[in-house]
Amino acid sequence: MSHDTTHASPAHHEEHEHQESPVVFGFWVYLMTDCIIFGTLFTVFAVLSHQFAGGPTGKELFDLKNVEIETAILLFSSITYGFAMLGAQAQKKAATLGWLFITFLLGCSFVFLEVNEFTDLIAHGAGPDRSAFLSAFFTLVGTHGLHVTCGLIWMVVAFIQILGKQGLGSRMISKLTCLSLFWHFLDVVWICVFTFVYLGSVL
Amino acid sequence: MLGKLTLSAIPYDVPILVGTFIGVAVIGLAVLAAITYFRKWGYLWREWLTTVDHKKLGVMYIVLAIVMLLRGFADAVMMRTQLALSYQGNPGYLPPHHYDQVFSAHGTIMIFFMAMAFMTGLFNFVVPLQVGARDVAFPFLNSVSFYMTLVGAVLINISLFIGEFSNVGWLGYPPVSELQFNPGVGVDYYIWAVQISGIGTLLTGVNFFTTIVKMRAPGMKWMHLPVFTWTAFFTNIMILTTFPILTATISMLSLDRYLGMHFFTNDGGGNVMLYLNLIWAWGHPEVYILILPAFGVFSEIAATFSGKSLFGYKTMVYASGAITVLGSIVWVHHFFTMGAGADVNTFFGIMTMFIAVPTGVKIFNWLFTMYKGRVRFEGPMNWIVGFMITFSIGGMTGVMLAMPAADWVLHNSLFLVAHFHNVIIGGVFFGYIAGMNYWFPKVFGYKLRDSWGKWAFRFWFVGFYLSFIPLYIVGIEGMTRRLNHYDNPNWHPWLLVACVGVFVLTLGVICQVGQLVFAIVDAVNKKHDAQDLTGDNWGSGRTLEWSIPSPVPHYNFARLPVIRGLDTFETEKELGRPEPVSELQPIHMPKYSSLGPILGFFTFLLGFAMVWHIWWLAIVGLVGAFIAVVVRSADLDIDYYVPVEEIRADEEAFAKRLNAPQAAE
Repeated sequence: MSHDTTHASPAHHEEHEHQESPVVFGFWVYLMTDCIIFGTLFTVFAVLSHQFAGGPTGKELFDLKNVEIETAILLFSSITYGFAMLGAQAQKKAATLGWLFITFLLGCSFVFLEVNEFTDLIAHGAGPDRSAFLSAFFTLVGTHGLHVTCGLIWMVVAFIQILGKQGLGSRMISKLTCLSLFWHFLDVVWICVFTFVYLGSVL
Repeated sequence: MLGKLTLSAIPYDVPILVGTFIGVAVIGLAVLAAITYFRKWGYLWREWLTTVDHKKLGVMYIVLAIVMLLRGFADAVMMRTQLALSYQGNPGYLPPHHYDQVFSAHGTIMIFFMAMAFMTGLFNFVVPLQVGARDVAFPFLNSVSFYMTLVGAVLINISLFIGEFSNVGWLGYPPVSELQFNPGVGVDYYIWAVQISGIGTLLTGVNFFTTIVKMRAPGMKWMHLPVFTWTAFFTNIMILTTFPILTATISMLSLDRYLGMHFFTNDGGGNVMLYLNLIWAWGHPEVYILILPAFGVFSEIAATFSGKSLFGYKTMVYASGAITVLGSIVWVHHFFTMGAGADVNTFFGIMTMFIAVPTGVKIFNWLFTMYKGRVRFEGPMNWIVGFMITFSIGGMTGVMLAMPAADWVLHNSLFLVAHFHNVIIGGVFFGYIAGMNYWFPKVFGYKLRDSWGKWAFRFWFVGFYLSFIPLYIVGIEGMTRRLNHYDNPNWHPWLLVACVGVFVLTLGVICQVGQLVFAIVDAVNKKHDAQDLTGDNWGSGRTLEWSIPSPVPHYNFARLPVIRGLDTFETEKELGRPEPVSELQPIHMPKYSSLGPILGFFTFLLGFAMVWHIWWLAIVGLVGAFIAVVVRSADLDIDYYVPVEEIRADEEAFAKRLNAPQAAE
């Protein structure tokens, strides 16, 4: 009985809670499935990492310096995204947009460096069709790059929507929170890529 | 301009396909003409195709599943008749290339578009009602999931008439599915149909997991969840953990075929066994994904028709959890012959046998539920009794196959085929059909005719044994699966019996179609005794869905139910329902959206274009789908409030109907 009355009066409020909390939770669940996709690709890379088919090995191909710069950029972009979130939570539009823009630029430079690396490899005859090792490498790193690209597109859309009607309303905040989870998640995945794919191949 | 698509892709020189095409075209045109004649396009679009209501989506899933059942069943009839004929000098009527496509399509359709669609349909309809929610956590996403499934089904059926389907079996094993051996579009159809519908299923998993975790009615603790919802919960966990593996694996196969990579090729360092491990790391949990909800249905039915609470509720929950865990660590038993070594095979063999333990616990729970109960053998109850016998036999042959030594002999034989049909028909299919019979009155407010349902059961039960016991026998005698011709005189009589069996099954299917047709007739005539006026059609419903009117109002619950324990509705029937203390409130509901079908349309373009290498169209599909998503994210007008007057009117009408039969007495 007491339960009945407590939930009846703030019914309106409760409906809103119902609407908001599942979004971030659901997105987090989705991210865990994404994590399994990456897990699968890491497994495949582990199995195929020595199948060079007479082609070049990772040790011959990878330029750690380039990868270190990429890593620094991506990790730094996580911090800047964090600042954007702080701005959004404080309802400061200019700060949010500014930090989002910086994050976007960092993300773009990451993708640029990666595409550069890929075209370089392909130009040197070490494309994904050269050996199973390279197929696994391109697919794993490329899937991460594709995720970052999707995150960038998402950022552009959010950027425009913040300028528009949605502003920094509750729906936008939960959207930005999801994107934040996504962006940090990609960082974590990248650390694994850096460790297992690049360092593991070179060392 | 059209990629690989030319006029020669239309198989107008194959009489079977031309005949099928004419049949499908005639029926299709008749349906379209009827919709136009009765001016139902607007209604169809506004009320069904754009819906985000979990109940309507559930109905659409099950309609899809039934249509796909007919398609997959037609394939089965073709295979059995082919094998009855193609003995010694007679080549039968299906050449190998066509026969290979038939068994590939049969498996793919039955698993992905019959069983999965049926299961998702049941989840959609039942789970939100059982947890006391107004809808799923993400209603729009639910609509998207449905269209992804639909697009997969459409692609696979288009392959009948444009091009060809995969000829390498329902799991697309490389290296045969690689470009080197399969340059046609068949495998590509398979890839895109499975990939797109698989993503739909993954999103369904996210949706229902979130719904069960976050949307339960006030007071509903975990141990108050009805068992069907529990099994849905575990199933969705398995969907979340294994469907990503499918997505990744199929993507890698596509990369091999489209970009010349070397994941699973014979050359370039590719590893075929890697594919087998990955696909079964999804594929084995997949069969538990299918069977657990069937167990859930049986648990509901056993309790309802025995007039007592389910025996061993907690052990049922723990057993489902155990199956979820064990089911994920047995995949190697699908290829003991890979040669992984004695230790690996032993581990996976023993794990496989362990699964029989929680399953056995469940069987005994259902038996003890019936024991000393007031058992009523209405339609749904027939299926559960048939299930317990049939599934136990299938389980035992499964334990036989779990022994690596025995498996080395029986691997890839018809014994295996008989085993998995034994558990999938006797378990999954019986369960889903029982569920359909059980919840049908709740969905539409009209009952399915029980006598037709019972006849359907009898034909399915007898037909099953006639069709598949012979396959066990020829399997032991060494007949491998996927043969389209044989010379061994010992096998011939058994395959004739199996052919008779499939025609008995056909009678079962006819009865089921009859059941649906009569339900429509009854509904059109407003036949009084076919109506479910009380909402508690079986008179002994225990869970929340039976406490509300049939058909269910679009907002489900006028007041969110307050849960006091397991089987709240049963308790309320015994002790009386407490008077509601709260006033009715406006109910917050999601608006229907046309973006679901639009997104589906563009995804279809993408899939079809990728199959035929029509790159510009693929870009159109991708960009169109992207724009649809962005439009959705910019749409602020996505919800509304149901006014109190409407809810009150519904409530009063329901109260009137509830009191009417008593007044008549």
